[in-house]
Order: sequence, then structure tokens, then C-alpha cells
Amino acid sequence: MTTWEQNPPVKLPNEPAITPQIVAEHGLSPDEYQRVLKIMGREPTMVELGVFSAMWSEHCSYKSSKVWLKKLPTEAPWVIQGPGENAGVIDIGDGQAAIFKMESHNHPSYIEPYQGAATGVGGILRDVFTMGARPIANVNALRFGDPEHPKTRHLVGGVVAGIGGYGNCMGIPTVAGETSFHRAYNENCLVNAMTVGIARADRIFYAAAAGLGNPVVYVGSKTGRDGIHGATMASAEFTEDSESKRPTVQVGDPFVEKLLLEACLELMETDAIVAIQDMGAAGLTSSSFEMADKGGLGLEIALDKVPMRETGMNPYELMLSESQERMLMVLKPGREDEARRIFEKWELDFAVIGRLTDTRRMVLRWYGDVVASIPIPPVVTEAPVYERPWTATPLPPALDAATIAPPKDYADALLQLVGSPDQCSKAWIWRQYDHLIMGNTAIRPGGDAAVVRVPDGNGKALAITSDCTPRYCQAHPETGGRQAVAEAWRNLTAVGATPLACTDNMNFGNPQKPEIMGQFAGCTMGMAEACTTLAFPIVSGNVSLYNETQGRGILPTPVIGGVGVMKDVTRCVDIATREAGLVLVLIGETRGHLGQSIYLRDIQGREDGPPPPVDLTVEKRNGDFVRSQIQAGHVAACHDLSDGGLAIALAEMAMAGGTGLTIAIPEDAGCPVHAYLFGEDQGRYVMAVRPAVADAVLASAAAAKVPATRLGSSGGAALTVEGVLAISVADLRRTHEAWLPAYMEVRS
Amino acid sequence: MKSAVLVFPGTNRETDIAGAIERSAGIKPHMVWHGDSDLPKVDLIVVAGGFSYGDYLRCGAMAAHSPIMREVKARAEKGVPVLAVCNGFQIAAEIGLVPGVLMRNAHLQFVCSDVNLKVESSQSLFTHRYQAGQVIRVPVAHAEGNYFADDDTLKRLEDRGQVAFRYCDSTGDVTAGNPNGSIRNIAGVFNDTKTVLGMMPHPENATEALFGGTDGKPLFDALAAALV
Repeated sequence: MTTWEQNPPVKLPNEPAITPQIVAEHGLSPDEYQRVLKIMGREPTMVELGVFSAMWSEHCSYKSSKVWLKKLPTEAPWVIQGPGENAGVIDIGDGQAAIFKMESHNHPSYIEPYQGAATGVGGILRDVFTMGARPIANVNALRFGDPEHPKTRHLVGGVVAGIGGYGNCMGIPTVAGETSFHRAYNENCLVNAMTVGIARADRIFYAAAAGLGNPVVYVGSKTGRDGIHGATMASAEFTEDSESKRPTVQVGDPFVEKLLLEACLELMETDAIVAIQDMGAAGLTSSSFEMADKGGLGLEIALDKVPMRETGMNPYELMLSESQERMLMVLKPGREDEARRIFEKWELDFAVIGRLTDTRRMVLRWYGDVVASIPIPPVVTEAPVYERPWTATPLPPALDAATIAPPKDYADALLQLVGSPDQCSKAWIWRQYDHLIMGNTAIRPGGDAAVVRVPDGNGKALAITSDCTPRYCQAHPETGGRQAVAEAWRNLTAVGATPLACTDNMNFGNPQKPEIMGQFAGCTMGMAEACTTLAFPIVSGNVSLYNETQGRGILPTPVIGGVGVMKDVTRCVDIATREAGLVLVLIGETRGHLGQSIYLRDIQGREDGPPPPVDLTVEKRNGDFVRSQIQAGHVAACHDLSDGGLAIALAEMAMAGGTGLTIAIPEDAGCPVHAYLFGEDQGRYVMAVRPAVADAVLASAAAAKVPATRLGSSGGAALTVEGVLAISVADLRRTHEAWLPAYMEVRS
Repeated sequence: MKSAVLVFPGTNRETDIAGAIERSAGIKPHMVWHGDSDLPKVDLIVVAGGFSYGDYLRCGAMAAHSPIMREVKARAEKGVPVLAVCNGFQIAAEIGLVPGVLMRNAHLQFVCSDVNLKVESSQSLFTHRYQAGQVIRVPVAHAEGNYFADDDTLKRLEDRGQVAFRYCDSTGDVTAGNPNGSIRNIAGVFNDTKTVLGMMPHPENATEALFGGTDGKPLFDALAAALV
């Protein structure tokens, strides 16, 4: 018998008795509390209850989503590490690895947009550099409510400033992203941040603790009272008093994180580290449990040794604080002084707070007294897992394009769309992000995917994108899930990259509602199918549920962050048609699918019909062809077709390049003009092909059985669809660039 | 050309500028940590961009009081050329190496964008590979780049040709294209011996064709040619 069994933990002064109300306040159901009692064999102390509350929160335990996430393909020959570590790792050649993940910070961002978004960026950066990578790019996917909603402007301004404030100071370029608006996000904005880093493939750091007796070291910022129960907050619906949860939002300091990044990378150059884990959601609790559990060991921590920002903090607060910019490490024995010197050089706290044991228990001491003693494996393995009931969303009946009215005036309709909140230029946002630092940004924000040269990478580059079309996911989750993956894959292809893997950020409403769980299930199934067919596995991800306020959920939003590689960065192309005489070739089949289209929603005021079907075999065939033509150097510019269809794609190419484009709708189009121009059929691209090779490109397309249509050419100063519309590029640009700055200019 | 790039806690564009120097001079600069006791004997000192000390107190204010900056000032006074970019410019202004101050951008936002700059003087170590009046395109990335100086200082700067660059539009009109509200569109200034250049824009991020263009490269070529 060891001491912890003989002497149950001491209670803290003024520690309340555990009542059903206290259990409920910790987000544990009565059944879950019974499970706690069974594991502990006695009533837990408050510290112990807090630990269970955090570890079993939806945010940390994935208890509602686990059964579905298992269906996602996570392997490929180039995958070094799939889900389950701080981030996913893929082999990109030359002995280098790309490490990346996307993570949400939705709930905190709604309550306190600047700090919520900033610490979201800080958290995902830590996840990546914890594994030994130097971050080289940030991406963010944002969804806000109706622009007319009184809170939207405030959220846009705060979130954008927060993302910029953190990433800019860290010196990591923010190179890509997406921003859209819909009333379903009025009370729950989405802030999903992704970081991509580069490491040596043979020097990746993991979280599994090893080595009995090895020192456990705390580095970074001091621990304060901020963010206590953040993980629990992120696992509940918002109510009217959510504003009062502001104290559960963490406060970030990117300067300290920059120091932490440099100090960690410097220490990683030595071989002193056995394991390392950042303190993210549920802070010291989840980092210590994850390290010990993965290593099959126990851990004894002297909580009084944790560097504290405030006086009078107690063990409960220390275990549950989500103070930012902190890491937990296991060092090789005797290497403490060497590590301490590095962290002191960077003016960071460094404290040996514990040792690894063979008890498989987490023993927490407070000035010598044991205040918690919890068996580690059952907290992890016996965490609740729910197979929640779900109902599938049926596929809405098809809409015949002929029954949908054409616009009164095509030019007006196109101008309205390019100037609309969702399709307008987002330059107001990304001008506030340093997207050029590091000097490796080959394709900047505003195109299909960003392209970033890999440092010391023999001229190779990564392409990075984030994508999701929530209205498709709402109409038919399975198709929407498939489409999100396909679009990310397509965007990487459109710059000439070979898509390798992706990360998913699953944003949904309350999973206890069968229709919401059905959305989750459907999206996951669609994603799984697309990832498998496209050989585009999911290597990391994050789930954010309970994005609901007063019973109203968000649109299902499974955001896909995709990463691709290209051997030669000089071969990449963007969307800009910069010269006259290029031949415009439409790749893929146009059927004129208007269900759930932007045209239907923004011009006709209807949000109905089925989303466009996604044929993954066709998607792959078309994409592989486009990529081959880009890599062969035949293509001067390329754009995938998505929201708004062909018309929006052409307008974006013309605006980006400052050159006019003229096309004619083929006589055998097979659908009405408005469906041809605005339909959102999948698997399509416009390539601006160099004239000398245009015939050869069309011939190769025919040989590869890829539908390819010569639409027209570049030149002049206007976007012209013969017999349909003509708008000067200057007018398009003016309209495109007007909405967002004007919207943000208004002082609310 | 032997050079040293200073690194403070929070400096983050040191790699970018070191790369630009190496591309022009063919030799890597010394990267000098602020706490290192001595600054090597070099032909050029670079104070790089970033957020030294997290921009706490005021941009550049903390770094300006670090011991290594006293040494930089002493060397500059002996005529060692200093290139101070972005946060480096803020630090140089704080310590009085160049005249003027950098305030919060007029629109109160961080701005990252390519801008047009008019080269006001080609008569310097830094700018002799440009033509006076030439318009170049390089990026800015800052939240506090709004240059200000009093009228007497401005008059002296202009009379002595100490304005190095002004923001302008693509035609060279220096009443347009101002990204931050800087007085008289001033983007960069020399000290009175033209051996120190402080500038907000980042020529180091315009030294490769595919990564921002090459309009910044002549500045580093000029230094490499002058400081052999």
C-alpha cells in the first residue's frame, strides 16, 4: 500500500461539500458523476472534481464526436503522424515535414473578440511548435452573423484585430483564409485558426512521457486566474448571461509566445527533451494527463512550485487555469540547468514542478499535502463516449434551372454579387495581417490557395487553403462534407500543387439534438468518402459543438484546411489574368446547377434546393489534368469555380489581373444563360492558357476525357459575355472593394 | 561587407533582412543578440523590424534603452552606417539617431501592403543604385508608422536632402498613396551625415522576383558596393 491509498487527499480550507449542484456546475451529468465515484472509490475533492470536469468536457474528450471521427481516413504513405498528437505531420520530401492543424476559438471570440481570436491564434501556433516545427504560415476561417445584426461589426473588427495582433507580433505570415456572413451565426461567430510549420522529419517532438523519475518542467508565462473552466464553457450552449463569462476568456501576450517559440526551438536543437506538450484547453490538467497517459506512467506534481501571477491562488485554480503561453516538458535527467539557461536567456519562467512515477496516478501536492490522487488510465479510457441518436437530413428535391428566373439585368446582377458581403474583396481584413513576413509568400491572400516557399526546401513550396460551404452542408450534410473536402483539394490543385492532407475543424450546434448529430454524421461520412477517393487524409482536427444560442444552432460548418506541395515554386499560378491574348478554357462539365447557389440566394432571395452533387471520380480526373497542365507551364492563370459559378470566377480573374476577359456562351451549353453563368456545378476550373499551346491543351483534355471548352480570351478593359453583359474591370473592382471598408467605417 | 543584425526579444524580421543582405553582399551578417556583450567590428549595423519587447510602453522605447543601443549610437557617431527598418526605425528615432517620431497609423490599423515610394535622393550609401525621382514598389507592415516631426525639423530635413523616401502613387505624386498618415508622406529619413537611414517600408521583402518583386534589392546592392 502506498501513502496515497492510506491517506485520502486533504481538503482545502473552506472546501465545500460536493453537492449535485456543484457537480452540475462542473458540466458533469449525474451518470458521469457516478462514473467518477466508481473510478475514485470515494467522493472526489474539489480539485479532483475540477480535473474530471475538464477532462470529460466535450472540448477535451470528444465524447459526442469520437465514434464519427473514427470513420475519417487518416493514413497515407506520406503521413508521419495522424490525429491524436498536438498536430498532424506529413512528409514533404528532402527530409522535411509539414506540421499543421486547425482549431476553433468560437465561444471566447464571441464573448471577447480581440482576446478570443488572439488566443486562438496563440493556441494553434503552440500546437505546431510544440512538435518541433517553426511555423511558416497562418490561415483563418471566419463566419459572422448577418451584417445588419447589431453585434456583427464589433465582432468583425475585434476578431480581425486580434488575429493580426497576435500573428503579426509572432512574425508568422497570415496568408489565406475565408470570411462569410449568415444570420445563423448571429449569436455564435466562428473563428477557426490554422498554423502550418516546418520541421526536420527525423526530429519531431511528441507528448508521450518516458523515463521513470525524469523531471517534469513548466516553462513560459506564469499561471493566473484567467480562463478557468474555458473548456467547460466551450462545451455548453450560450444563454443570455454568456456575457458574464468574460472572465473565462484567456488573455494573450504574443510577445511572450514569440520568446517561448524561440526558446523551445533553441532547446529542441539539443537532445534534452523527452516529451513536450503545450498547455491549451484545460491547461495543466489536460497537458499533464495526456503526457502521463501516452507514456503509460504516473506523475507527481508539486503545485506550489508552479510560477504564479497572483497571490492566493489555490490548487483548483492552478489545475484549471487556461493562462496562455505555457508548456509542460519532460527532460532527460540532469539536463535541467542547460534548459533553464535557455529559458532564462529568453526571460521566461522555468520551474521543475514534478517527476514521472510508475504509479499511473496523478498525485498533486500543495506544500507537501496530497490534494488530489487520481488513477490516470480510467480518466482517459473510461471517459464517457456517446453514440448520440441522429436523424439524416433528406436530400431536397431537385430544382429545374428553367423554373428559376434569369436576372433582370445580367451586369447589375454580377455587380451586386461581386459587391455582396460574401463575395466582396476581403482586402480590408488581410491588409491588417502581415502576409509577407519571412519573405516566402509567392501567392498572397485573395486567390484560391496561398503558396509559401519552404525555407531551406530546395525551391519547393506548400499550398495552403481553408474551405467549407455551410449552406450546402445545411441542405444536405453528406454532400456538403464531400464538397468541403473537394473544394480544398481543388483550390490546392488550382495553384499547381499536389494536395497531400488536411485538417478539419468541425463546427456544429448542440449534439444532443438528433438533427444536429445527423448533420455531424452526414458531414463526416461525406468527408470520409472524399478524403478516401482523393487520397487526401485528415491528419489533425478539432471539434466545436454547442455553437447554439437559445436553441438556435449555426449552419453545420466543417472547415477543411488543406495542404499541398509543389516541387518548384516558380511553377505556381494564381488567378490573375495579367496579359492579353490568353485563351480561356473551362474545365469540367456545366449543367447549370442553381440549387443552394449564391445566385439563388442573393439575387432571387431563395435558400432552397439541393447542393450541387460532387462526383469524386470526376473531381480527381479533372483536377489531375489541370495540375498537369500547370506543372507543364501551359497555364498563365487558373481559378476554381465555386460560389457564384463561372461569372464570379471570371470577374475575380479579371479584377486580380487588371485585364479584361471576353467569352461567348457555347451554343450547345445545354442550360439557360443564367444557369451557365451562375450555376455551381463542381469539379470545374477556368484556365487561362498560353495561346501557342491552347490547341495542344484542348487535345490533351480530350485524350484524358476531361470536358474542356474554349470560352474566349483575355484582353481589353472589360469583362464581356457576348450578347449578355459587359462591365469595365475598373467598375468591377470599385464595387468589389467598396462594401467591406464602407461597412466597417460606420461607428456602431 | 561585414554586417551585424541586432536581435532583441520580439525582433521578427531579422531573417528576412539577413537574407537580403546575403543575396546582395554574398556574405551572411552576424546575428547579434541584444544581451551579447560586444558588437563585432562591422561595416554596417542593421536594426531589424519586429516587436522588440512586445511594443510595451511605446514602440522601440525599451530597446532604445538597452546597452547595445548605446554602443550602436557610439559607432554611428563615429560614422559606422546604420540601416534601421520599421521597428528599427522606431528604435533609432527613440534614441535620436534620426530625427522625428513614429506615431500610431492615422487609421489606427495595422497595414500590410505594397506601397509606392519615391526615391528623393540618390546621393547616399543606401540609395545610389536608384535614380532620384524613381518610383519603387515595396511593402509596409506596421501599426505605428505615422512619421511626424515639427516644422523646423522638417524644413531642415528637406533643405539638407535628408528625406530618403516618400510615399506616392504609381505616377510619383507624393500627395497620394500615404498608407499611415505620415507628415509630408515621409517614409524614410537620413541623419545629417546620411550614414543612418531609418525607414518604415521593408526593402528586404522586395529582393526576389517571385516574392514581392526586386525593387528593394538596389538598396542592398548599393550598400554592398559602397562598403567593400
